[in-house]
Amino acid sequence: MIRTGRTATIRAWMVVGLSCALVAACRHDAERVDAAAQQPAPKDTSNAPLLQAPTSSGATAPGQPPGFKLVDSNLPNGEWRTPMGDVAGLRYSPLQQITTANVKNLRPITTLATGVARGHEGQPLVFDNTMYVVTPFPNNLIAVDLTKPGGAIKWIYQPHPDPRAMGIACCDVVNRGAAFANGKIIYSLLDGNVVGVDAAKGNEVWRTKVGDINRGETLTAAPLVVKGKAIVGNSGGELGVRGYVAALDVDSGKLLWRAYNTGPDTDVRVASDFHAFYPKDQGKDAAVTSWGRDQWKLGGSTVWGWITYDPETNLFFYGTGNPGVWNPDLRPGDNRWSTAIMARDGDSGELKWAYQLTRNDAWDYDEIMENILVDMQFNGRSRKLLIHPGRTGFVFVMDRITGELLSAEPFEPVNWADGFDLKTGQAKENPSKRPKMHYTAEGVCPSSTGAKEFVPSAFSPRTGLLYIPAHNTCMDYEGTEANYIAGTPYLGASVKMYPGPGGYQGELVAWDVAHAKKIWSVKETELPVYSGVLATGGDVVFYGTMDGWFRAIDAHTGAQLWQFHTASGIVGNPITYVGPDGKQYVAIYSGVGGWMGVSAFPTISADDPYAALGTVGAMAVIKKYTAPGDTVYVFGF
Amino acid sequence: MSSASRIGLIVALAAVIAAPVAWLAHKHDEPRPVTHLVVPAETVRLIDPDPQQLRVCADPNNVPFSNARGEGFENAIAAVVAHDLGKTLSYFWLPQRRGFVRNSLNAGVCDVIMGVPAGYDLVRTTRAYYRSSYVFVSPAGQRPIRTFDDPALRTLTVGIPITGDDYENPPPAMALAARHLMANVRGYPVYGDYSQPAPQRVVIDDVGAGRIDVAVVWGPIGGYFARRSRTPLRVTPVSPQRDADAGPFTFAIAMGVRRSDTELAQALDQVLQRRRTEIASILRQFGVPLVETGAGS
Repeated sequence: MIRTGRTATIRAWMVVGLSCALVAACRHDAERVDAAAQQPAPKDTSNAPLLQAPTSSGATAPGQPPGFKLVDSNLPNGEWRTPMGDVAGLRYSPLQQITTANVKNLRPITTLATGVARGHEGQPLVFDNTMYVVTPFPNNLIAVDLTKPGGAIKWIYQPHPDPRAMGIACCDVVNRGAAFANGKIIYSLLDGNVVGVDAAKGNEVWRTKVGDINRGETLTAAPLVVKGKAIVGNSGGELGVRGYVAALDVDSGKLLWRAYNTGPDTDVRVASDFHAFYPKDQGKDAAVTSWGRDQWKLGGSTVWGWITYDPETNLFFYGTGNPGVWNPDLRPGDNRWSTAIMARDGDSGELKWAYQLTRNDAWDYDEIMENILVDMQFNGRSRKLLIHPGRTGFVFVMDRITGELLSAEPFEPVNWADGFDLKTGQAKENPSKRPKMHYTAEGVCPSSTGAKEFVPSAFSPRTGLLYIPAHNTCMDYEGTEANYIAGTPYLGASVKMYPGPGGYQGELVAWDVAHAKKIWSVKETELPVYSGVLATGGDVVFYGTMDGWFRAIDAHTGAQLWQFHTASGIVGNPITYVGPDGKQYVAIYSGVGGWMGVSAFPTISADDPYAALGTVGAMAVIKKYTAPGDTVYVFGF
Repeated sequence: MSSASRIGLIVALAAVIAAPVAWLAHKHDEPRPVTHLVVPAETVRLIDPDPQQLRVCADPNNVPFSNARGEGFENAIAAVVAHDLGKTLSYFWLPQRRGFVRNSLNAGVCDVIMGVPAGYDLVRTTRAYYRSSYVFVSPAGQRPIRTFDDPALRTLTVGIPITGDDYENPPPAMALAARHLMANVRGYPVYGDYSQPAPQRVVIDDVGAGRIDVAVVWGPIGGYFARRSRTPLRVTPVSPQRDADAGPFTFAIAMGVRRSDTELAQALDQVLQRRRTEIASILRQFGVPLVETGAGS
């Protein structure tokens, strides 16, 4: 294990700017920073009324209007200790030094090459004047001392995961970030292990095997720490694995429990007081009886997206992936708990409620997207909400205590369903858009990549807006051509994806949660928006594009305020923090990849519209704009 | 196609070079040293087949096809071909999963895949050198199943590799689904348990042990593992050879090279012609159920 000083594959930080002065005294003094910052008067917008009527006392965000209560009072106010910024998944920082007025002056302060030119999903962590970067496979952890000019590598931890994992990961060898607890950086390795690394020294404290690559499991998602436990989920639904979340003790790495998403109630850890809001989701052993015989054993329903937690109700939430075995005819039934939102107890992991978004998924609509937790007025009542911008193209707003669906409205062109029946919780499916045997569905929107992918949205309590990184692609299921895996030939169905209606492929959608409608958007003509989003107390929203632009827009209007062209396409998530000099910085990965971005790799031929699970058809142009990269950018003044 | 071929010629070697490590020799739950990780710098270069070696892209753990110990029939055929061409034989090992062609053949680290369906779109295929069929495998003492329309399938427990890839599943799964017979089906991952020395064996073992009544698998797998079963098993090709719902049950198998490698494809075609007797002998030796070329579709 190489911990210190080794830079074999890592090039050093390069100082691009000069202004990273060392003012250690200012570190983390966020209040002082905020007070010192120029705060523009919040703009008067039509969104303001939705944030009236205070619900309760509790933590507040600076500048936050009344009526909104933070679920997690520990907002990332100067540091970034949790993958989503806070455990409620807002991806909102109250920092206000960077404002709509001065963001135009942002410039790159420093850059870091990670040495691994694969998809850089996820985000770094920043605390104690240190930035922690997890690379794609081989999943190195790089600690950077932010007090040194330009930043200096403190140590590199190299876990040497099993290289066979690369042949198993479905869609690039990504990692979506680390968590931090009790002095340890905790993250998953592609080969199924989870590691705890001493955050100060960089030595491995524990390593626990959670997933088995021999059965097709990989680990790519970021853990979330809940009450001394790291909650991790598995990947590999394409290979017929069985999805689960597992809890590891953050100090010892001991596996405390594992809760499956398919199988008998005991395996699923269904609580004795489990209560799904809708009758369709009730019933003993529902995750067995809703499959053909034994199909739940290969049932997919993995957990490769984001986990959020509500400390008050002690529930954590996540969405599950597509059901295993592609063809829906092979798994007759609703296939619980695939494509579902799960609410589990923060101690025992027991399932308290669940809601399945699509039954017997026929489109590969994983629903592992973020579940953002906010307390706010909704339909005239103060509600504890769970907001899930879904792959299906709908924004789902739920009561996170009961699991009731309060609203499901489309944010991109959708035709697989006309909406959702809020009484039954069922989608109003359009049968002509459901692929099945003897029937070729054409023009299905959204495509299997969804109206958004795993890349997380941001929610600003100052605007009440959800900022959704979205796609607009449709697909045809068609054709049969010879295919083979593991020596076994068969006719492969072809899924061809292409841009959807409206003449754009990507869109950053500003979604008014209270009124369930799109307020404005920023469109990208040729490429999906495949990066996460960050909202700040300065009313600036940051996101990246697959052709490498890193952008700042006005959180109220969407007006573009600033942009910078990075070395590669952006599929990571921006974060913001206060440096040792007391100044606010914004960091982002630039390194295209992932399921859609893998088309940028030179070895994927643009001639084959079915490559990369069909995404090449929609992504053929990406090679014109970008190439693989491996850079962490830090911007500031 | 000429522009397509040109694109195929220039490939940046961003892919990972997995060294021919002994995939099977280690205990999979302990960390181990890695011989090669990521090639840090991308190298753009022309890919030509190696003139001295027959560089085969192969799965290191997938008998009866191939393994790193050379125990598969594709290993045996590769040795025949290399000898005929006067080349030394070398391997690039990678599990045959999604991205196999991209990360092996098209990454330029090897030049031929020993078995792909004839006409497989991602590569240039040689002439087909055998045709096999999906087969029913059942205990020898029982009445054999020959067709998916056999009424016995309504009550028997049927084991099939079911996982599939790229939005589809193997033909037996499709045939059973079309007949609404999924209630008694037990699915197995196509890839099997890769920690085992014969990952795809388990479905056949389960027939032998009586855990399932019948298995429907790709012929080479059924023929090879049925011979190794302690319980005598019977292997019966699926009939008819084409199903209205599931498509063909027989597939012609060829070798695959990069689309641009016309010369190598021609050379292999000639070898396959010259060595057809030896190759047929190897296939029989491994129990591959052979279907007359030209039959079926």
